[in-house]
Amino acid sequence: MNFRKYLVLAGIIFFGSIGDSLLSHGMKQVGSISLDHLGSVVFSVLNPWIAVGILFLLGFFATYMTALSWADLTYVLPATAFGYVFIAVIARFLLHEHISPVRWLGIVLITAGVGFVAGGPESSSTKKTGGTESALSTAGTRP
Amino acid sequence: MTHFYAWLGVFLIVVTSTTGDCLLARAMKQVGDLGALRKQRGIAQTILRVLRTPSLMLGIAFMALSFFSLLFALSWGDVSMVGPASASLTFVANAFAAKLFLHERVDRRRWTAAVFVAAGVFLLAG
Repeated sequence: MNFRKYLVLAGIIFFGSIGDSLLSHGMKQVGSISLDHLGSVVFSVLNPWIAVGILFLLGFFATYMTALSWADLTYVLPATAFGYVFIAVIARFLLHEHISPVRWLGIVLITAGVGFVAGGPESSSTKKTGGTESALSTAGTRP
Repeated sequence: MTHFYAWLGVFLIVVTSTTGDCLLARAMKQVGDLGALRKQRGIAQTILRVLRTPSLMLGIAFMALSFFSLLFALSWGDVSMVGPASASLTFVANAFAAKLFLHERVDRRRWTAAVFVAAGVFLLAG
C-alpha cells in the first residue's frame, strides 16, 4: 500500500460520508415522499443540497471503483466502514448529538474490524489482468 | 405478514447489493489498476475501457435494484430495523460471495473484520 492508495480509501470515506449527509439534509428539506407519488423523487434533485450530494456520490463511485481495481472486495468494504465512525464523531463533536454507550460500542467494533483488515494485504490475487502491467499487488499474498 | 414483507425486503437488499458489489469488483479486476492504465493510455481511454466492461453495467443495474428493494423494505418495515439489518448482513454476505465467486482469499483476519464491522454497524445504526 502506497500513499496514493491510502488517499483513494480516504476518498471513499470522505465522499461517501459527506454525500450521504448532504442527501439526508436535502431530503429533510424536501419532506416525505408518498409511495403514491414516487415520481416526485425526481424533482428532489433540484434541491441544491441533493444536487451537491449527488456530485459527492459520483466522487464516491469513482474512488470506490478505483480501489476495486487493485484491492479485494473483502478488503475495501471493511476498510472503508470507518466512514460510519467518521459520521458519528462529526455528529458528536460538531453537531453535539448524544451518542449512547451501545453506539460507542459499535464504533469500537468497527474500528477494531478496520484495524484487522488494514493490517493485511489489500489483494489476495497474484494474476495480472486487463492489460496493465501492475494490475494487482502481489505483496503478502502467501501465507 | 408485514414482518414477513419487511424481512423479504431486507433479503432482496442483501442479495442485490452483494451481487452488484461482486459484479463491480469483477469488472474492475478485468480492467486492472486504473492508476497504471491512466498513465499508459490517458484518462479518456481509461474511462472508455471501464465503460466497455459488461459486468460493470450489470453491477450498476443490481445497485439500482438494491435501491428499489430498500424502498420496498422501508414501505413495510421501520428504518431502525431495515437499515442496520441490511447493512450488517451485506458485509457478511459480501465476504461469502467474494470467496465463492471472486475466489478471494478470505482468511481469518478478513472474516473477523467482516463480523466485527457487521456487528458494529448494527449497534451504531440500531
